[in-house]
Parts: sequence; C-alpha cells; structure tokens
Amino acid sequence: MILQGKVWKYGDHIDTDVIIPARYLNMSSAEELAPHCLEDLDADFAGNVQPGDVIVAGENFGCGSSREHAPLAIKGAGVSAVVARSFARIFYRNAINVGLPILESPAAVEGTDTGHRLEIDLEGGVIRNLTTGETYQAEPYPPFMLEIIKAGGLIPYTIEKLRN
Amino acid sequence: MGKTLAEKILSAHGGQSVRAGQFVDVRVDVVLSNDITAPIAIREFERLGVERVFDPERVVMVNDHFAPNKDIKSAQQCRTVRRFAQAQQMPHFYDVGRMGIEHVLLPEQGLVLPGDVVVGADSHTCTYGALGAFATGMGSTDIAVAMATGQIWMRVPETIRIVYRGELQPWVGGKDLILHTIGQIGVDGARYKALEFAGEAVESLSMAGRFTMANMAIEAGAKAGLFAVDQTTLDYVRDRATRPFTVYEADADAEYVRVIEIDAGRIEPQVAFPHLPENVRPVSRVGNIPVDQVVIGSCTNGRLEDLRIAAQVLQGRRVHPNVRCIVIPGSQQVYLDALREGLVETFIEAGAIVSTPTCGPCLGGHMGVLAAGERAVSTTNRNFRGRMGHPDSEVYLAGPAVAAASAVMGRISGPDQTV
Repeated sequence: MILQGKVWKYGDHIDTDVIIPARYLNMSSAEELAPHCLEDLDADFAGNVQPGDVIVAGENFGCGSSREHAPLAIKGAGVSAVVARSFARIFYRNAINVGLPILESPAAVEGTDTGHRLEIDLEGGVIRNLTTGETYQAEPYPPFMLEIIKAGGLIPYTIEKLRN
Repeated sequence: MGKTLAEKILSAHGGQSVRAGQFVDVRVDVVLSNDITAPIAIREFERLGVERVFDPERVVMVNDHFAPNKDIKSAQQCRTVRRFAQAQQMPHFYDVGRMGIEHVLLPEQGLVLPGDVVVGADSHTCTYGALGAFATGMGSTDIAVAMATGQIWMRVPETIRIVYRGELQPWVGGKDLILHTIGQIGVDGARYKALEFAGEAVESLSMAGRFTMANMAIEAGAKAGLFAVDQTTLDYVRDRATRPFTVYEADADAEYVRVIEIDAGRIEPQVAFPHLPENVRPVSRVGNIPVDQVVIGSCTNGRLEDLRIAAQVLQGRRVHPNVRCIVIPGSQQVYLDALREGLVETFIEAGAIVSTPTCGPCLGGHMGVLAAGERAVSTTNRNFRGRMGHPDSEVYLAGPAVAAASAVMGRISGPDQTV
C-alpha cells in the first residue's frame, strides 16, 4: 500500500491528552473525535488536515493514557500514517489494533519538516520525502505484528483465530 | 541466568518458559475497563461475534471517570457499561454507591492478587504491580479480545531494577520516590520495559505507598512496575482474597537491563512542574508559586493513608482564602473510614470540600476543572498540557503532604513550612 500526504511535524512526548483532550472522552466514534484532534497543541490542525496527510513527531509519541480515542481521532481526521522516532507502548498497540499505520524512523523525522510531502510504501517500510528527494527505511514490524496488520487489525485477526 | 518477576509471572501464564523479548499469549486473571474505555471495548467485543465474556467473575467494569454522570453523553456511556454488565451477569460491576476509583477499589475488594496477570483499559492498571501482580494498561480493542478469550498477546518486557537505599525523611512517601525516579530516568526511561522496585526504603512502605509508586510506572513509559511480595503484601491480601493465589519471586541471578541505586534517605518531598512528570524539583527549590486549586485524591493518592497525611497537615489550620481544596476519597470504604476517623471533619473544618469517589478533576472531567491561567497542586499522576482543564492551565504534581501544605499557604510549600 502506498500512502501520500503533507507533513504536520511536532516534537517529543506528544501525549494522548493533547491528541484528544479528556473533555471529549464522553464520545467514542472517530467521526465525533476527529474535529478535536490535537486542538490544544495546534488549533490549525483539525480544520486544515487533508486526507492522506502524515504526522511526523519525535520521541515517545502517544505517551500517557490508554485511550484508544487517540489513534481513532487521528485516523478519523484523515491522517494516513504517523512517523516518529519512537512510540509509547500502549499507543503502539492501539494504533496497530485500529489499523492506523505507524512507522519508527529517526532519520525520516530528522529530514522532514511541516509542509513537506511524504510517500510511504507501507509493505517495505520505505519513506520518501518528495520535497527533498531523500529516502528513509523505517524499523520493520515484528513478524507477529505484521500478521495483525495484514489481517486488518486485531478484531479480524482474532475472528480468524477463533474460527480455526 | 535466572528470571525477573515479570518473566516468572508471564511464563506461568503463558504455559511455557519465556524470556524478555519473546512474544507469548498469556492467560489473564482479571480484565478491567471503565466508563470511558468500556464502551469501545463493548463495541469491539460485539464485532467479534462472541456471545459471552470468557468468565463473568473475571471481567470487571467500574463507572468512575465521568461518574456520577457529568453530562448527558457521559450518562449514556455509563448506561452502556451498566447494561452490558447486567446482560453478562458480571458480579464485579461497580456503579455509583458501590464504586470507587478502579485502582483503589480492585485491590481493596480482593479482586487482584499476587501473581496475577491483569490487563485493563486504563493506563494506570500498572498500580497492581504493588501486589506482585503483572498488571498493564491496554486499549479497548485489546481488552475486547481479552474479555472474549481470556487471553492476550504480550511481548515479555526487559526489566529495570531500582533499589532504594536508606531511611526515608519525615513527610517523604511513595509519591516522592516515584516522582524522583521519573525525574531521573525521564518519561520514556522505561519505555516498553518493566520496573522492579526494591530496597529497604520501599520495603518500609505501606501498601498505599507501594500502590502510589507502581501506579506511576507508566509515567516513565513502563509496561509494569512490580514489587516483591512480602509480609506487608500478605497482611493486606489475607482477609480480602476472593480466590487462591501464587507468589512468584525474581531469581537472585535474574538478568536486568539496568540496575539503578537511589539513596532514598536524601530525597525530600518532590514536585513535578508542568507539563511533564519528569520536570521534578525538591520542594525546597520550588520558589514562590501561588496556587488556585489543590486536589487530594485519585488512583495515585486517594487511599486512607494519603488522607491521614493530608488531615495531619490541615488539622487546626485553614485552607488559604485564594485556594479551592478538593479532597476525593478513592472508594466508598476509604470515604467511610475517613468519616469514622474524623478526617472528613478535619477537611471540612479547614475549608476543604470532600467529594464522592471519582477520577473527575484528574483528567479535567468534572469536580474541579481549571480555567485559563489557573494553577493546581495535585496528588494525581499527570501534568500534561490541558490535563486538568484549559490548555493554558498548569498542574504541579506532589504527594498529599505537599498538597495539603500548599492549600494552607496558598503557594507551593513543604509541610515543614506549615506544621
């Protein structure tokens, strides 16, 4: 699968409270959550993000709460993937489970700025910066996780497993 | 090489000997969710096409975050949880009148025991590591799968062992030790790893202090934060345990990725500045920081021992006229005990309010949301931007002694300056 979009770049430790503030946790659908995604960090984001856009961030993206509302809000906003130096553990699982592609690549984060265009080959983990012409290789997924991704998330994976 | 406590418990629950780095399907003893995360877990559970939860005794749901219902949408979420729990005939569903803040409530009710594997759709599920359980937070979809199958996949974490030496100074407790530790290793210092807390300084802590420390393991990015089971643990669970349990021990030659020694005798009460729990300073080096609100409670510091410390500071004193001081007992039992001990009277006479148990203000839900520019000292666990309300408000994290002292002084203060 090839993804393409404009970059929204943020710093380290982007926590789930700024990804989707708790005052919106009285709702749980991606459509309801998306208009509030990142609003306390970047008021321009939710109104201007285009389908396919990519969030690029530093260390420990998604730290804090276990709220699955965070990857749901990002996905609902139309973001095609998140590229970071590293991800917090619970967010990493949640993103895979809900089918939000995430890639670890410190080099891509280093070489990318807001407004650049990225093209991501998800299968091979190859990230191309179409603005600068540079190419980066993301960390490969553990094989076990790749099975969940290929199944389309944890629920379809588990349905398949229960059937067998 | 021997095994860490995490490797021991996950091996026992995975039916095979596992080491750090391996993936394994483990059997879970308790699966937890709340009024924020359960609605999504229930939705995903229904997508699985499974009729019944794997064991209604082992699936626990607590309406605690936005309960008592703070608005219509929250009321609907709580109702979703209530209806599911009733349909599934789950005896351990806790609603207003019986509920407490989940991580105070479950150990108190004897639902979580040493040696357990517990998964919860709440990041502070790691609290139960204080009991020598392997407990970790996950998202709602993982919890849906655990509810249906009684199993979940785990990557066995590497372990960092932290050894706390020495004797604690007066007014220093579990909160100060864990804040100091997060200040040392950073908010991602234990990312994907487990922590083992050891040493005579933490062996001297009550269960309340241990729960506080394990609770904030996630604030260093950890998957779990574990204590060895000792007499203090066994005394705590003896009259509460609802079923048999197994005690596991780390091997003396266990392989740790890192061992950190901390001279706990030199630690004074700590304060974490906005907007990360790692921005820690000793209270003597805080400077003059006026506060508008003080919150004493939460899954971190809402136990009877915490309230006793706060009451000790507030006894015979008055909350500063510029401060709203909100005390939230962590469970109905804590509330009742605090009432019977006279702590509630002390709080009210001091000019604080005492609320029914709720997560409420910790995550900016209700019962103490901050306006732009307002500052709170809170015994909770996170001080991220906008955590307690407006994105331009500030949260300073501390233990109950500093929180209560700050309420009296109207600025961040150590208890020594007050008492």
